[in-house]
Amino acid sequence: MNGRPRIAAGAPQRRVRLWFALLCAATLLVCVASLLFGAGAIGPLDSLDTLIRALSGHTSDDNAWFTIESLRAPRTAIGVLVGAALAVAGALLQAVTRNPLAEPGLLGVSGGATFAVAIAIALGADAASLRVPVAQFGALAGCVAVLAASRVRGAGDDPVRLVLAGAVLSGLLYALTSLILLFDERTADEIRFWVVGSFAGRRPDDVIALLPGLAVAAVVVVGIARPLAALALGEHVASGLGHRPRLVRLLVVLAVALLVGSATAIAGPIAFIGLVAPFVARGLAGPDVRTTLWLCLPIGAVLTLGADVVSRLVVRPSELPLGVLTALIGAPVLVAVVRSRRLPTL
Amino acid sequence: MTVPFEAPPLSLTSPLQAEKLCVSYGRRPVLSELDIAFPREQVTAIVGPNGCGKSTLLSALARLHTPQAGRITLERRDIRSYGARELARALALLPQNVTAPEGLTAAELIRFGRQPHQSWLRQWSAEDAAVVDAALAAADLQALAHRPLEAMSGGQRQRAWIAMAIAQQTPVLLLDEPTTALDLGHAIEVFELVRDLAAEGKTVVMVLHDLGNACRYADHLVAMRDGRVVAAGPPSEIVSRELVRELYGVDCTLVTDTDTGAPLLANVRRARDIAAPGSSIS
Ligand SMILES: Nc1ncnc2c1ncn2[C@@H]1O[C@H](COP(=O)(O)OP(=O)(O)OP(=O)(O)O)[C@@H](O)[C@H]1O
Ligand SMILES: [Mg+2]
Repeated sequence: MNGRPRIAAGAPQRRVRLWFALLCAATLLVCVASLLFGAGAIGPLDSLDTLIRALSGHTSDDNAWFTIESLRAPRTAIGVLVGAALAVAGALLQAVTRNPLAEPGLLGVSGGATFAVAIAIALGADAASLRVPVAQFGALAGCVAVLAASRVRGAGDDPVRLVLAGAVLSGLLYALTSLILLFDERTADEIRFWVVGSFAGRRPDDVIALLPGLAVAAVVVVGIARPLAALALGEHVASGLGHRPRLVRLLVVLAVALLVGSATAIAGPIAFIGLVAPFVARGLAGPDVRTTLWLCLPIGAVLTLGADVVSRLVVRPSELPLGVLTALIGAPVLVAVVRSRRLPTL
Repeated sequence: MTVPFEAPPLSLTSPLQAEKLCVSYGRRPVLSELDIAFPREQVTAIVGPNGCGKSTLLSALARLHTPQAGRITLERRDIRSYGARELARALALLPQNVTAPEGLTAAELIRFGRQPHQSWLRQWSAEDAAVVDAALAAADLQALAHRPLEAMSGGQRQRAWIAMAIAQQTPVLLLDEPTTALDLGHAIEVFELVRDLAAEGKTVVMVLHDLGNACRYADHLVAMRDGRVVAAGPPSEIVSRELVRELYGVDCTLVTDTDTGAPLLANVRRARDIAAPGSSIS
């Protein structure tokens, strides 16, 4: 266009779009890998053969097709959804606390969801659809508790102290969860299996149970993206730009609770995805949450599902707990963030 | 000592004023029964010792603090009756201490200034881009537009923030110490920019520590001490040796700038027989 201002027009925007497209392609690749590889007897070549036949309309009832359709497909969908949800939750928490270490797993949000679900299981609930709202409630309580602690005077300015408060809360909640395991032998196995965080053995129903929470959260996030971006400049500047920081913070807490609650109810607590994905996204696109949130979707999916695929392969025929792998990726990133943190002050 | 100022004519022509304003942090009062009005389409400078409540006053005027008593009116309407975005289109504040996230560039920062003008229906437009470009030019930052703020000097960063406030395009602009980190040349640039803005019809209020430049570039001077206005009016009328001594606890010789008629401070030295007002605070 003629006479169009050049400086303000976003030159880096094109690069971000390219990254987004690349990451979506990577997500697709990981999805295919997830359908092809497993810890069991059905190898990738058999799977590929079955998959190609299925795509050309020849479904069969053999074992390979059953494994792909009923085991690996829901597992793949859950990996993508949970990964994206946790990544977005991390980005939201980091934006609202202005703290690059704020992560649902580290802050006790996942811990709250876990504890609530453990109680629900101990009380006899096992349907996934019932577990989701319980976990969301627990995540909400955990989120509110840790943010309230962080707003105690002085602590809010120091990112490491927020994480310490979160670690204390998480530790407490996991201790209480173990206590439930001690008292209730009967359900202990079910909880123990779930509490390590895994996508194994999930059914198509579980995918459906995830969707409403994620959909509502998505609407909320789209609605608050702009004010949330302004909050990065500080509460006073954001108010000065016509936003209501308190309302934004409330809505963020709600969205995080919905996201982490849904994810945790289905997959168990999975740490570090909410730390690593936004960290990578910021590295690619800069600090504006409006762009990092978009990038977090495929990054979270690739990381989580990729870790899940690897977890099936390294100790075949058994599986490595997913949490072990995410911690292996997450710990170095945690160190990197702590070392690099710097806010330019005026 | 209180120098009376002509409240009635000023309050008639003032877009922004506060009456009997009381603000406190916790139980400690910072502003007590403060009356103030800013002349329309002019530059007002607020001066006073550290901790006298200048920043608190600006924050209260921008509705970032809830006053315990009194009221603030913007265009004769109580600011409490404004919607959040409506207020942000009428009044912009650049706070004294601001931080930006790592990696944010000057152009990205200045774009935030357009947010009060955007909505679901009205997304980023060519007009917004033109305003941002103009603000970049006004702050002399075109060459640094895509540089992250943390990779700039303090003064360049300060100019980027000023440009953001300018991009908000409000009729009233509040700047808290906009020139503290700037070298002489760029400080003068900001002052001239502020004069241009006033000439374009904006009402500008800035907190300054440099009394000389306050006298030189402001039409209206407000002197504060201990949360109260001790003098207000045109600089040449209100600045006196006694006022300088009352504000800062220093003695000086006042001379008149023959070019501009503004008062100038010379031979500034610590007063012997009076306690510096800042000493009890710091
Ligand atoms: N958030 C706060 N909580 C408690 N007291 C505060 C707070 N901010 C400022 N104060 C106190 O209020 C008084 C006025 O502060 P203010 O920042 O308005 O001063 P100022 O005139 O802008 O000073 P300076 O010239 O140093 O910027 C000071 O005594 C200060 O210690
Ligand atoms: Mg101040």
